[in-house]
Amino acid sequence: MITFSPEKLKQANELISHYPEGKQKSALLPLLHIAQEEFGNWLSVETMDYVASLLQIEPIEVYEVATFYSMYNLKPVGKYKFEVCQTGPCMLQGSDEIINYITERLNINVGETTADGMFTLKTVECLGACGYAPMMQLGKSYREHLTKAKVDSIIDECRQRAALNN
Amino acid sequence: MDGVEGIRYYDVYRREGGYRSVEKALKTMSPDQVTEEVKKSGLRGRGGAGFPTGMKWSFIAKPDGVPRHLVCNADESEPGTFKDRYLMEFIPHLLIEGLIVSSYALGSNVTYIYIRGEYAWIIDILESAIEEARNAGWLGRNIQGSGFDCEIYVHRGAGAYICGEETALIESLEGKRGNPRIKPPFPAVKGAWERPTVVNNVETIAAVVPILNIGGEEYAKIGIGKSTGTKLISSCGNINKPGVYEIDMTISVEEFIYSGEYCGGIPNGKRLKACIPGGSSVPILPANLLLKTAKGDTRMMTYESLADGGFPKGSMMGSGGFIVLDEDQCIVRHTFTLARFYRHESCGQCSPCREGTGWMEKILYNIENGKGKSNDIDLLWDIQRKIEGNTICPLGDAAAWPVAAAIRHFRDEFEWHVQNPQECVKRNFGLGHYAEPLQTATA
Repeated sequence: MITFSPEKLKQANELISHYPEGKQKSALLPLLHIAQEEFGNWLSVETMDYVASLLQIEPIEVYEVATFYSMYNLKPVGKYKFEVCQTGPCMLQGSDEIINYITERLNINVGETTADGMFTLKTVECLGACGYAPMMQLGKSYREHLTKAKVDSIIDECRQRAALNN
Repeated sequence: MDGVEGIRYYDVYRREGGYRSVEKALKTMSPDQVTEEVKKSGLRGRGGAGFPTGMKWSFIAKPDGVPRHLVCNADESEPGTFKDRYLMEFIPHLLIEGLIVSSYALGSNVTYIYIRGEYAWIIDILESAIEEARNAGWLGRNIQGSGFDCEIYVHRGAGAYICGEETALIESLEGKRGNPRIKPPFPAVKGAWERPTVVNNVETIAAVVPILNIGGEEYAKIGIGKSTGTKLISSCGNINKPGVYEIDMTISVEEFIYSGEYCGGIPNGKRLKACIPGGSSVPILPANLLLKTAKGDTRMMTYESLADGGFPKGSMMGSGGFIVLDEDQCIVRHTFTLARFYRHESCGQCSPCREGTGWMEKILYNIENGKGKSNDIDLLWDIQRKIEGNTICPLGDAAAWPVAAAIRHFRDEFEWHVQNPQECVKRNFGLGHYAEPLQTATA
């Protein structure tokens, strides 16, 4: 049985208090974000059931939401997830080339994770950075004006960060 | 105002005259007087639809004992649009100030900012700005001794373009899938938790601040005709200076593209091929119809002028997402990426949109990759016609229009793809016909 740390539980209750009484389900999206961060960067059935119990709603109500929104990972992903935008404005600035380059560098296809569990490559639709294309999301931040050299340095940066954390 | 160093923080923002509109509204005006000023200003919704904001506010129902809510739509997801992000990132207090005044006008004691989940770092910026505002006495109970209570909470979305549609946004705020609702009832009568709700775009709310400060009539003097005030335009694609520009709606499209003050022209001496002036769902215009209307008038950056000629020969201001394509760009390829976007973002409730967006993506993929058939172009036309107007929400229309406009204006390019399957995967059918080789000939 999984549970939030006391600190996360406090954060969850604070979020629930933002919505009208009896409408605690409204906190579902924000709570799923916290749960995903807390429990291994993806939403297992166990995690979703736990969130359902926190909000006193049926598990199916969580599943149907988790499967609708693109930011929730329904299976494990790498430590660093590259989410590269491929929509029109990014395409005009060479996002296809960047995506190809990352597949070569990491030796994986779009949607796959490297064997060491370090990187996942995903293509995404417009993230609202069209003027700074091509771009990708990495964790909480955007990496913009991507070039092959910049991709190289991001990969190095991730490896260094991972080494530091170990 | 964004040129002022530190304007992101409360002290600087206040020193520069911030929160004056809240003082003015709460101390000297009734809620209805605030709405009246917004009506006089002629402000139109900046999210894309361009509906008069003051009128939208006046529709809100006021049943006894039922709380009302203002929800700010910060789910900015229309390809080409990144203006709200800029505003929230650099001048968060402008949004908060506008929200307090607007909440007062609407009688919303609990107001939400629904922000797209990917803008994760902006949530931190907004929350610390809200904290600053609360500490300075602009939020909470009995604000400035006026008797008005207001809290603002940020609600994080999780990746779904459809949640920018106001009823889908409300569903999502309630912790559900972002499936748009059938209207009526309209949100102004039954919105979030069945309470009267107004949903306004970030830029719309920010515009309320200058309207209160200078008065609605003064504000209406900026711009031309019914395009009053200033508009943020986020420009991208093949231009020298992509970014967010605040324009008085008095300049021409040509000036906006070529002037050094704005986009700074097209890089590498290339020619202009086409432009989508208001976010990916509005019709694309070829260069000749972009700079001048079909009647030969100079096309201006206003709601009316951009729409001049209707759908056959005009476009729309939309969200202000301005996407420029130079002569080397492939219209089929670009349209394909947009079709893929809409297929990905369709919520799946309505068959014409759910199935149609998938069909359009597949057919465009085939044409772009040298596998197109001669009747595919007519088939595409037929599918988009059957989506438009046949869905609960406007996403169906938004998916149909880019395909329709691309075929309408660039049919020769689609035909060239079908007739030259080997060539079309290697090079583009540009303005100079068979221009440069494709830099990225990927499958």
